[in-house]
Amino acid sequence: MLSREEILRYSRHLLIPEVGLQGQQKLKSAAILIVGTGGLGSPAALYLAAAGVGRLGLVDFDVVDQTNLQRQIIHGASTVGKLKVESARQRLLDLNAGVQVTIYNEPFTSQNARRIAEGYDLIIDGSDNFPTRYLTNDLCVLTGKPNVYGSIFRFDGQVSVFDARCGPCYRCLFPEPPPPGLVPSCAEGGVLGILPGTIGTLQATEALKLILGIGEPLIGKLLLYNALDMSFDFVRLKKNPKCKICGDQPEITDLVDYFEFCGVPGLVHDAELAGADWDITPAELANLIKDGASPCLLDVREPHELEISALAEAKLIPLGQLAGRLAELDSAQDLVVFCKGGTRSARALELLRSAGFRKARNLRGGINAWAKEIDPNLPIY
Amino acid sequence: MSNHLTVLFFATLKDRAGGRQASIDLAAGATVRDLRAALGRQFPALTPLLPSALVAVNRQYAFDDDVLPPQAEVALFPPVSGG
Repeated sequence: MLSREEILRYSRHLLIPEVGLQGQQKLKSAAILIVGTGGLGSPAALYLAAAGVGRLGLVDFDVVDQTNLQRQIIHGASTVGKLKVESARQRLLDLNAGVQVTIYNEPFTSQNARRIAEGYDLIIDGSDNFPTRYLTNDLCVLTGKPNVYGSIFRFDGQVSVFDARCGPCYRCLFPEPPPPGLVPSCAEGGVLGILPGTIGTLQATEALKLILGIGEPLIGKLLLYNALDMSFDFVRLKKNPKCKICGDQPEITDLVDYFEFCGVPGLVHDAELAGADWDITPAELANLIKDGASPCLLDVREPHELEISALAEAKLIPLGQLAGRLAELDSAQDLVVFCKGGTRSARALELLRSAGFRKARNLRGGINAWAKEIDPNLPIY
Repeated sequence: MSNHLTVLFFATLKDRAGGRQASIDLAAGATVRDLRAALGRQFPALTPLLPSALVAVNRQYAFDDDVLPPQAEVALFPPVSGG
């Protein structure tokens, strides 16, 4: 039953015949788990709380930082430095104290995913990495829950509802994760701040429709959005009979983690990708230069990033061009590779090492670490 | 007999291919797997992403063994992981 106060609060829902009193009651009885409290999770959680979903679960293990505020609208300047799940809960309860918010301040892994997801009707995938996306998919397939999927990069977004009981799953489309490093994260490649607002709001819409049982859910359809063209394209999907988890002869019967070959931001140190032995810290590099050594500094970022911060002596070869431009470098010389934070340069180092550059090293933490520890005049981005 | 196809690239594939659209001629009866291989030859920068790219033929998801219909419009989407 709805209270007098709830009837007033949800008046505009009660006026729509497709929702009405019964629909609002369904929302109040529903429990939705949101994986990730970042760009996608922010608008999804805010709108679902506002809509009166009875219980929201939030999974994240990160802390709010300044670079989040450009798009993660559930957080604010006053919660920078706080746990994301705490920051989000505070905002959600301010918006609607009638919602029960359960927080899970832990990485979502094969070990805890079943425990966390128990009792939730559906899961919203607002994660920012492939391992968590495969884990969320597999969990939903194995436990028979809909997976409201959304994903973003720069100006492009994807949305679908994967429900293996009546349609394809994420693995039907993308059977295996791509090799590490090939698909840049938003931390490396950037993202239009409004984009997760669009995509996360679409995910919340699909979740609400599923709870209410109204409209046509995006089951068996993938929505592809491009903000620059303002285009919405749909691809009709098919269940893959050979799918490893929901196909005719499933190979995967329990949850697996992909950390080792996908690289989860924050969980696996970027340096491990290239081996920490090949690292050089900003302090070590500064000492080398002070002692008169002049290693070749190789910047593998994109040209437009030089306008933000740059090292004057560095040579620029964007990572994507490196394989074709190795001839411009001297493999006998000491070489220090850097990017913004150390991820792209780790890929570059793998490439250089396999091409015989035995004296190449990776600047740990990138130009941001250099700015923090050595040159405070450089901005951090 | 050859099959003339229009290929549309989306998201990061567009940047790697150096354009939004390409034309490609394949033998009649060629499959999606053949298309991936041919695109790799025509656009070497795409090669690493081709195995994990989603291929839609006439706006329908296509498996590797599917034969490409004549004059099909093919779209390629990379997996994206941001959130």
